[in-house]
Amino acid sequence: MTDAVLEVRGLNVDYGLGDDAVHAVRDVDLTLHRGEVLGLAGESGSGKSTLAYGLTRLLPPPGVIAGGEVLYHPDGGDPVDVLRMTLPELRRFRWAETAIVFQGAMNSLNPVHRISTQLTDVIKAHDPRGSSAARLARARELLRLVGISADRLDSYPHQLSGGMRQRVMIGMALALEPKVVIMDEPTTALDVVVQRQILRQLVELRERLGFSVVFITHDLSLLVEFSDRIAIMYGGRIVEQADSADLYRDPLHPYSHGLLNSFPALRGPKRELTGIPGSPPDLRAMPAGCSFHPRCPRALERCGAEVPVLGNPAEKRDTAHVAVGRRSPTDRTVACWLHPVHHDGL
Amino acid sequence: MTVVPTTGTATPVAAPVKRRRLRFVANPKATTGLVILGFFALLAIIGPWIAPYDPSGRGNDLLQGPSAAHWFGTTHLGQDIFSQVVVGTRSVMVVGFVAGLVATVLSILVGVTSGYLAGAGSEVLSALSNVFLVLPALPLMIIITSTLPETGTLTIALVIGFTSWAWGARVLRAQTLSLRGRDYVEAARATGEKTWRIILFEILPNLTAVIASGFVGTVIFAVTLEITLAFIGIGAGGDWNWGTVLYWAQSQQALAQGAWWWFVPAGLAIALLGTALSLVNFGIDEFVSPRLRGGGKTNVKTADGHTVRMRVGFTPVLAHKTRPEGRETP
Amino acid sequence: MSYLLKRIAFYLFTAWAAITINFFIPRVIPGDPVQALITRSRGQMTSDAVQSLYVLFGLDKDASLVEQYFTYLGQLLRGDLGLSFTYFPSPVSQVLGDGLPWTLGLVGITTVLGFLIGTALGTGIGWRRGSWADALIPVTTFVSSIPYFWLGLIAIALLTGPDSFFPASGAYDNGLVPNPDLEFVGSVLRHGLLPAFTILISSMAGWILSMRNMMVTVASEDYVTVAHAKGLSDRRVMVSYAARNALLPNVSGFALSLGFIVGGTLLVEIVFSYPGLGLQLFQAVGAKDYPLMQGIFLIITLSVLLANFLADVAYLALDPRTRREG
Ligand SMILES: Nc1ncnc2c1ncn2[C@@H]1O[C@H](COP(=O)(O)OP(=O)(O)O)[C@@H](O)[C@H]1O
Ligand code: SF4
Ligand SMILES: [Mg+2]
Repeated sequence: MTDAVLEVRGLNVDYGLGDDAVHAVRDVDLTLHRGEVLGLAGESGSGKSTLAYGLTRLLPPPGVIAGGEVLYHPDGGDPVDVLRMTLPELRRFRWAETAIVFQGAMNSLNPVHRISTQLTDVIKAHDPRGSSAARLARARELLRLVGISADRLDSYPHQLSGGMRQRVMIGMALALEPKVVIMDEPTTALDVVVQRQILRQLVELRERLGFSVVFITHDLSLLVEFSDRIAIMYGGRIVEQADSADLYRDPLHPYSHGLLNSFPALRGPKRELTGIPGSPPDLRAMPAGCSFHPRCPRALERCGAEVPVLGNPAEKRDTAHVAVGRRSPTDRTVACWLHPVHHDGL
Repeated sequence: MTVVPTTGTATPVAAPVKRRRLRFVANPKATTGLVILGFFALLAIIGPWIAPYDPSGRGNDLLQGPSAAHWFGTTHLGQDIFSQVVVGTRSVMVVGFVAGLVATVLSILVGVTSGYLAGAGSEVLSALSNVFLVLPALPLMIIITSTLPETGTLTIALVIGFTSWAWGARVLRAQTLSLRGRDYVEAARATGEKTWRIILFEILPNLTAVIASGFVGTVIFAVTLEITLAFIGIGAGGDWNWGTVLYWAQSQQALAQGAWWWFVPAGLAIALLGTALSLVNFGIDEFVSPRLRGGGKTNVKTADGHTVRMRVGFTPVLAHKTRPEGRETP
Repeated sequence: MSYLLKRIAFYLFTAWAAITINFFIPRVIPGDPVQALITRSRGQMTSDAVQSLYVLFGLDKDASLVEQYFTYLGQLLRGDLGLSFTYFPSPVSQVLGDGLPWTLGLVGITTVLGFLIGTALGTGIGWRRGSWADALIPVTTFVSSIPYFWLGLIAIALLTGPDSFFPASGAYDNGLVPNPDLEFVGSVLRHGLLPAFTILISSMAGWILSMRNMMVTVASEDYVTVAHAKGLSDRRVMVSYAARNALLPNVSGFALSLGFIVGGTLLVEIVFSYPGLGLQLFQAVGAKDYPLMQGIFLIITLSVLLANFLADVAYLALDPRTRREG
């Protein structure tokens, strides 16, 4: 894919070392295209945050990256592997190319510094030559961008509401005009109205500024509304990946199906809310075969023994020439024995 | 390891609690501390029997350095310093334990009450503990003991206990305040549960670690204070303790005479006991706050043989292979 | 009511409590200490002085307790703390005036320095968690468990002697008269060095440990991760994000433990025969000099309260959340 901006290849992330290690992210392949909003969904504990922190190398101990590649494609340059960067390279790369808005952004602001300090210090760190007046002007502009009045620059975080703090974080993420913005449940702590307000603003900013977004949430209905493509995680793996519309209309993986049914539909025909019976797997004692099989309503015999590989489902491939328009349907992948993978050259 | 079978099936909550307890004992800091503490406790009990001499009994070897007959040497009166230190352990441990107990009980009474009950009474109790907290302990203790007709070990222990509960009370109050708002406490209140039952069965069990750490902290405080008081000549009332040994060393110019053996053993004993207590408290801290736990190894070896330190902000990368072999895909 | 006003009210209340304790304590002292003193002074005492001691000790049997209390307060306000038995016939206030500057100089400076240095070291050790610096922790724990005065004894045994640079006792050379010339100041510094180091090393240890733990705790706060994600320099993340926040509980801990630390440091004065309040307290205890003991208790309490207040002001400056909403 030529228009990829971030490519994750075979990423494995563990908590702990050796035999004690918990494999929280397993063999994840994921591609983020230029200008798109990629949604990452899954129950809490499925490894979404671990993936986001892992590919930016922000995971605190005992987190380690056990293997993989995270290729970043700069505009018109050769791809670089984030996982091979030295510390100074990594520091220069961070925020300038990939910014993050964290889960629970309520605590993302340093309580003892003013908003202005926290907006300008990142600009200064990446461009020490600029004047402080220019930095302040930029900070003011960023606040305006996310709909906060400039006189809030002198406020301390505790003087702002939750929604405002979240906007400040989004503004901060855009400070260096990064190509990629990763958002980990950025609005979970906010009420629904504010949540949608902020998301709408984000999508609009994306259109104006042209960055790509990885949007992480356990709320699939939000993604269906706001993202271009969706990847579903279960037990540390990506189990399905598809265009939002396709996934919404026709989820292939039984887990995606269950997730969609745990939220009230926003548009289209009403579905019956069923949810998914059972609880997420214990990472220390993952079931053999497909890790979803103990909860899967459609499990086959082989599901308990063999791990299904993520790939283009053969049946969708056959109809590929029929599908007209947008991205190639081969972009759709799933890991489930109900949808055997199409192997090229076989 | 084998688990002793209990009658009936264990409740789901019991298992994690048990594992948590074991983890505390398995904490190397806590274990080291407890072992040293056990040693001193033993010495406190059997000290007077195993001491080779009467600690106050005079001998003919005046101001002698350590020897086979007198392991820690002798004083200007020929008293055996080893016996003084060994016999003195009891007074130190008694003061630490009794003062710790009194202060802990008081801090629970004041702290939990003022944390659980709202209103003016709570504020008054809180102000009272703050007052006791900022009053400088040593001078206060000195003017209090100066009014007492006798200052034996137990008296000193009680005075320390009754004046040093404030720190614990403050911490307990804060904890109780936060517990009071928890769901299960609210639920118990809503069902009309009696206040004392809520405090006893819902609040206190959750304060165990805080209370334990407060107790250990007070023991450290009390031991230091007793020894300090003894060193300036208060509470020497006949009982030996490590502070009285140092008092005599100081007042007989042990330093000027080069008699280092007179004050070194007692001081080391104090430091060792203090360290043991601190270690126990570190163990409790790590038990309560997982972030402080060492978590075993912090240095990791990467596939190409480098060693990197795990640190916040820069997750180590062990390998760059996209398909690590030897890792079973489950 | 603003934060600072609340604190001031609290300190006034505590000062009042200390004064009241001071009023009641002598009333339960067994025997008649004043009579003992009068006998000892062989008639050198003026009747005013005798009267002042009677007020102090509540031997004024004709007056009711309330009257006694107000007479006592009035006497305090005039700065009359009675006569010292040990330094007879000097009034206690004068004795305190002699001792206080030395204590403030030695204890005040070293306590604050110990806090600052310990906090700085703890910041570094906590930030480099898991590196070689962790090896310092057991040593630090051991040092923090040693009583201040014992460390002083060891320092004297090891570092002083007939040919040593460090004097073993006093605040300046015996032959000198206190005046601000170079020789005197040099002598004061030379005498102060060893006691100062003793206090510094003992008090630092505790701050190293607590700051280290706070740094470890704060290092996993979200805003520190954000600071890393922003690509800020390691130094900036450590100082401006982690340490700046970890400092707050350490400052309030400093305020709260001042009363305890001061007790330990007074003992160092005794060991080094340093002519401050600690040494005077020691002499007062030995001579059963009740007025001096009480005077010292009062002045130390008031100093600690003042220091506490200053620590509160520092906290106020450091934590915007305690400031009034703007
Ligand atoms: N420090 C840790 N040690 C061990 N396991 C962890 C740690 N942090 C997270 N995990 C495990 O990793 C899994 C993924 O967590 P996370 O990435 O936070 O999930 P999500 O963001 O999807 O809710 C969870 O099952 C969690 O239990
Ligand atoms: S592989 Fe089998 S168990 Fe897993 S989701 Fe598909 S059908 Fe269900
Ligand atoms: Mg998460």
